[in-house]
Amino acid sequence: MITKEKCIMHATNIRMNIVKMVSAASSGHPGGSLSAADILTWLYFNEMDIDKDNAGGIDRDRFVLSKGHASPLLYAVLAEKGIIEEKELSTFRKIDSKLQGHPNMNYVKGVDMSTGSLGQGLSTAVGMALANKLDENNHRIYCLIGDGESEEGQIWEATMAAAHYKLDNLCAIVDFNGLQIDGNITDVMNPTPFDKKFEAFNWNVITIDGHDFDQIEQAFAQAKQCKGKPTVIIAHTIKGKGVSYMENNAAWHGSAPNEQQCEQALKELKGE
Amino acid sequence: MGKIATREAYGNALAKLIVENENIVVLDADLTKSTKTNEAKKVCPQRHFNMGIAEGNMMSVAAGLAASNKIVYASSFAMFATGRAFEQVRNSICYPHLNVKICGTHAGITVGEDGASHQSVEDIAIMRAIPNMKVIVPCDGKETEEVIRAIAEIDGPCYVRLGRSAVEDVHHENYHFKLGKGEVLHEGSKVALIATGMMVQECLKAVEILNKEGIDPTVINMPSIKPIDEELIERVAKSHDVIITCEEHNMIGGLGSAVAEVVVKKCPVKMDMVAMKDTFGESGKPNELLHKYGLDSEAIVKKVRKNI
Repeated sequence: MITKEKCIMHATNIRMNIVKMVSAASSGHPGGSLSAADILTWLYFNEMDIDKDNAGGIDRDRFVLSKGHASPLLYAVLAEKGIIEEKELSTFRKIDSKLQGHPNMNYVKGVDMSTGSLGQGLSTAVGMALANKLDENNHRIYCLIGDGESEEGQIWEATMAAAHYKLDNLCAIVDFNGLQIDGNITDVMNPTPFDKKFEAFNWNVITIDGHDFDQIEQAFAQAKQCKGKPTVIIAHTIKGKGVSYMENNAAWHGSAPNEQQCEQALKELKGE
Repeated sequence: MGKIATREAYGNALAKLIVENENIVVLDADLTKSTKTNEAKKVCPQRHFNMGIAEGNMMSVAAGLAASNKIVYASSFAMFATGRAFEQVRNSICYPHLNVKICGTHAGITVGEDGASHQSVEDIAIMRAIPNMKVIVPCDGKETEEVIRAIAEIDGPCYVRLGRSAVEDVHHENYHFKLGKGEVLHEGSKVALIATGMMVQECLKAVEILNKEGIDPTVINMPSIKPIDEELIERVAKSHDVIITCEEHNMIGGLGSAVAEVVVKKCPVKMDMVAMKDTFGESGKPNELLHKYGLDSEAIVKKVRKNI
């Protein structure tokens, strides 16, 4: 267990790497990577039993990035954990790189599922959780889904299946940043309310501020204690969190900062 | 020799295999009695999961299980397993090369009375077009059993196309299926019939009629559509005047296309196709449909005569 101060430090490093990667690639998705950075930092440093030595196998907790376009976040987290080399991050989205625009499980140690096509990741997490039940192990499966992604019908097919098979070893997190490519999620195609929907599907529902490490800690602890049903953590977050000009701006869903913008973002993140 | 639907042979084979191999997990989408995976459920309920009427979810769940070292047999009607869930098959299963065996039953127009909405005539084409995917169409009970066993040993995704209606046995007990290999059932001359699935039996019937007219076509069973037996196709192309492919599938993208892709590369020879003529089917009895859409032995006989 690392302290919250250390979490903040790691999350800052992760955010800086996200901005650098996307800027160097001149392509990628910074907004939804930055919004979930605190949640993933806690998950990888204080919840999941993943490290450099066991990352290549499956005899551990696993994570599915259902919103696969937040790949810069996942790669930055894996680098922060020392599972992949930090210098590799500069190859993101470039020819011959292992760090594909959307993650490929066969190229990168620590990527537990290939994702990118929205709506499919939660279903694969259901499959993994089912497998863990069959194998009678205690490993947990975590899955980050986007709020916009939840407009995909398959998310709710998976939600139904997870509750049907009582997958209490599965914990989904909704990165509720309120924005998708075309604008506000409630304007584009309103998928809310999340809490009532998941409750109706018989999930254990926890709502938190996704940037508050105390609340994140409590939510994951509660999720572990809940038996007989899966848990969803609905995490209210800020798209582009930490970079002033990106915050709450849908335009930064899938655009890359130029050199000057990158410099400004890094300064802000460093607190300069 | 007997008669059994390939979906039934699948159910029987899977029921044996699931007991022998504890890594096997079976998924179905509310069609266990039709796809016959209920046979596996009877003997091993703990490794059979009904995923309800949600084929897309089922395919991605299969991917998650396979990523956990399970060998997954996922079944629905061919139409929905490959059509409704196409993108899940492509992105969740084939792109990461996961060990999922998609067994689609009720393929082609011999579904019969259910009509065009349930008659997949595109499944070979769309499954064949996905990188990493293997495509197999067994023609009878014995071959189905062999295929279902063989794919458990193949690492990666496979699509097996199965039929609803009972078909005559072509193979004896000692037959062995080999991925990527075709089988010469009858060595004739001038015309070579290359068939897959239940069209193999129609070809054999056609040959009986043609033999009486002094025409003796070669008959080849081609269960492995991808990878396909290029060596055999090349040999046949060199030794015959015309190749006629026969399949219960659209003429675009199926066996005919797969054979043509080899022929144009290795040894161009005249080809013709017995297949659905880029049209949907309709309700009716299987034999009525085969006749109406030109897929029965009579249609094959006519096609051979025309090409001689």
